Amino acid sequence: MNLPQPAHSDLAIRARGLTKDFGNVIAVNNLDLDVPSGRIYGFLGPNGSGKSTCIRMLCGLLTPTAGEISVLGLDIPKQAEALRRKVGYMTQKFSLFEDLTVSENLAFIANIYTLSRAEQKIRIPSAIERFELGRLLKQRAGTLSGGQKQRLALAAATLHEPELLFLDEPTSAVDPENRRAFWESLFDLVAEGTTILVSTHYMDEAERCHALAILDLGLLVAAGSPAELADGIEASVLVVEAEEPRKIARFMESLPFVHSTAQIGNTLRVMVDREMDNPADDTRQAIEGAGLRLDNCRKVRPSLEDVFVAATQARKASRDQAA
Amino acid sequence: MKSLQRIFAIVVKELRQLSRDRLTFGMIVGIPAIQLLMFGFAINMDVRHLSAGVADFSNSAASRQIVMDLAQTQVIDINYQASDAEELESLMRQGKIVVGIYIPPDYERRLQQPERSAMQLLVDGSDTVVQGAVVGIANSSRISPYNDRPPVMEVRTYYNPERRSPVNTVPGLIGVILTMTMTLFTAVAIVRERERGNLELLITTPVRSGELMLAKILPYVFIGLLQVTLVLVLGVWLFDVPIRGALIDVYRVCLMFIIANLALGLVISTVAQTQFQAMQMTFFFLLPSILLSGFMFPFDGMPKAAQWIAEVLPMTHFMRLIRGVVLRGASLPELSTELGILAGFILIAMTIAILRFNKRLD
Repeated sequence: MNLPQPAHSDLAIRARGLTKDFGNVIAVNNLDLDVPSGRIYGFLGPNGSGKSTCIRMLCGLLTPTAGEISVLGLDIPKQAEALRRKVGYMTQKFSLFEDLTVSENLAFIANIYTLSRAEQKIRIPSAIERFELGRLLKQRAGTLSGGQKQRLALAAATLHEPELLFLDEPTSAVDPENRRAFWESLFDLVAEGTTILVSTHYMDEAERCHALAILDLGLLVAAGSPAELADGIEASVLVVEAEEPRKIARFMESLPFVHSTAQIGNTLRVMVDREMDNPADDTRQAIEGAGLRLDNCRKVRPSLEDVFVAATQARKASRDQAA
Repeated sequence: MKSLQRIFAIVVKELRQLSRDRLTFGMIVGIPAIQLLMFGFAINMDVRHLSAGVADFSNSAASRQIVMDLAQTQVIDINYQASDAEELESLMRQGKIVVGIYIPPDYERRLQQPERSAMQLLVDGSDTVVQGAVVGIANSSRISPYNDRPPVMEVRTYYNPERRSPVNTVPGLIGVILTMTMTLFTAVAIVRERERGNLELLITTPVRSGELMLAKILPYVFIGLLQVTLVLVLGVWLFDVPIRGALIDVYRVCLMFIIANLALGLVISTVAQTQFQAMQMTFFFLLPSILLSGFMFPFDGMPKAAQWIAEVLPMTHFMRLIRGVVLRGASLPELSTELGILAGFILIAMTIAILRFNKRLD
C-alpha cells in the first residue's frame, strides 16, 4: 500500500514494534501504527485480535513488552499521567457507576477531571443537550438502555474536551438506529478537531472510518482508508448466482484458484486469484464444466468484508504452509 | 486544591453509593447491633431470671420472707424446691439451676447471731456475669426481723471461683466489629469497582493512587466512628459498661484502630480479584483476631507461638488499648507503646497498598 506518509506533527499516535506478550499468548505482535490527527481511525478485527490490548497500551494502562509509543507527542507509558487530561477513554464494558444517577455520574467525572465550577456550568448542560440525556438525569445509570448508556459514557468521556478519544467497541450493545446516531456524534467531535481511535468488529462501522487497521491474532494485516484497502486486496471478488449455491460452493473448494467462498442467500461471494485475466469467465467455465448450473457470474468491487477475509485468509495460508 | 476536589468527589460518590446499597448500609448498623445483643445477651441473662432452686429447712415466716425478697429482685426465678443440699447440687450439675438457696434449719437462730452466716447461696460460676449478679443480691441490704442488720449470706461459687470482669466483653466487641466491618467494607469497595469495570475508568482519569486510596477510606472512618458510638451507647445503656477513661481517648484509640483496619482492607483489595476472595481474606484475619487477641481467651494463658502471632494482629494491641482506657481508666501516654505499634502497622499497610495499587491493569 502506497500511503503518503504523514508528517510526524500531524500524527496523534505513532507506534513502532508494539508488542504485548502475556506469557502464554502474544496479544499484540510487532505492530506499527500511524494515526493522523483529526480523523476517525478504526481498529477492525475479530474478538481476541488484540484490539483492546492495543488501546490499553496506547493510553498507558498496560505496559508493552516491547516497542515505542508516542501519543500526542508524549512518551507512553512513561508520560501516561500527563496524557490522562488530554485523552478520553470509553471502555468496552460500561464503566460508569450504575448505582449513581446520570447527573451524579456526570458531576463526578467533572470533578475527577477538576473542571472549575464555571466550566462545569457550561459543559455539563451542553453535554446533556448534545447527547440527549435531559430526560434521564434522575435515572440510575444501571437502568439505562444500551444506547442510553453509550450516550452517557461518551458524554462522560468528552466532558474534559480531550484531544484524542479512545473508543473500545463502543457500539457492541447498541441497536442499529442508535449506532447511526452515535456515529453522527463522533463525526461532530471530529469536526471540532478531536482525533478518534475506535475499535469494532462491525464492517459497516469500519467503512465509516477515515482510515483503519485490520488486526488478526495480534498482527496488523492491512492498513489504509477503506477505498485503498479495497483497491489493494490480494484477490478478485466474484458474485455467483445459482439455484443450488451450496453444491457449487462445495465444488469450488477443490478449485486451486479459489481462495474462499461465502454464501449470502442464493448468491455466492467468491474470492479468486488476482492474477487471473478473466476470472468471471474462467470460473463460469469451471462450474459448467463440472455439470453444475449457474445463473450469473460477475466480478464486483471488493467490500471491506472481502478485504478482511482476504487479509486474514492469506495469513492462515502462509501459516499452514509454514507448518 | 485540585487534589481536594478529586478526593471530595470520590467521597461524595462513595457515600451516595453506600446509601443506595441497602445490604452494606444495613450491615453498618446491623453488625454492631446484632453482635452486641448476641454477645451481650449472655451478660443480660445472668442479671435477670436466673433459674434457682430452694432448699428451705427452716420453713419459718422469716425464711419464706427472705426467699420472697430474693425472688422480688427478679435476678432469680425460683423454679425448683429441693429436699436437701445434695439435690441442689445435683440440679446445678444438670444445668437446671444456676443458683441454689440453702436455708438451714436453725435459720432464725442464726439471724440473731450476726457474726454467723445465716444461709448459703450456691452459684454456678462458669459464667462470670452470673457470679457478679449473685454476689450483688447477696450484699444488697435486707432487714432481719430480729435486728436492723441484714442476714449474712455466704456465697459459694462453683466451677469458676476466679472471677473475670464481664465488662471485658463490650470494649473487646468494638474490636471485633471494627475488624470485621472496616476491613471488609474497604476491601470489597475497591474490588467491586474492579469487578464492575469502574476501576478501568478511574485509572484513565487524572486521579492519583494516593488520592483514590484516601478518598476510599475516608467515608469508612466516619462509619467506623459511628459504629463505635453505637456500641458504646448500647453497652452503657443496656449493660452498664463503665467508661473510666476519657471519652475522647476512647475515640482516639478507636480512630487509630479503624485506620489500621482500613489500611489492611486496602492491602487485601490489591490482592483479591473478586469480592468473594476479599471476603475470604477478611475472615482469614478476623478469626485469629477474635481468638488470639485476648478477646476470647486471656492473652497470658496462650502458648508462646500464639502470642507471637497475636502480636502481629492490630486487634491484640487495640484490645490492650481499649481495655486500658475503658476499664482501667488509663491515659494515652501510659499506653504509648501500643499506640506506636498501631501507627507502625498503619504506615506499613498503607505503603504496601499504595505501592501495590499502580494505575495500570497489568
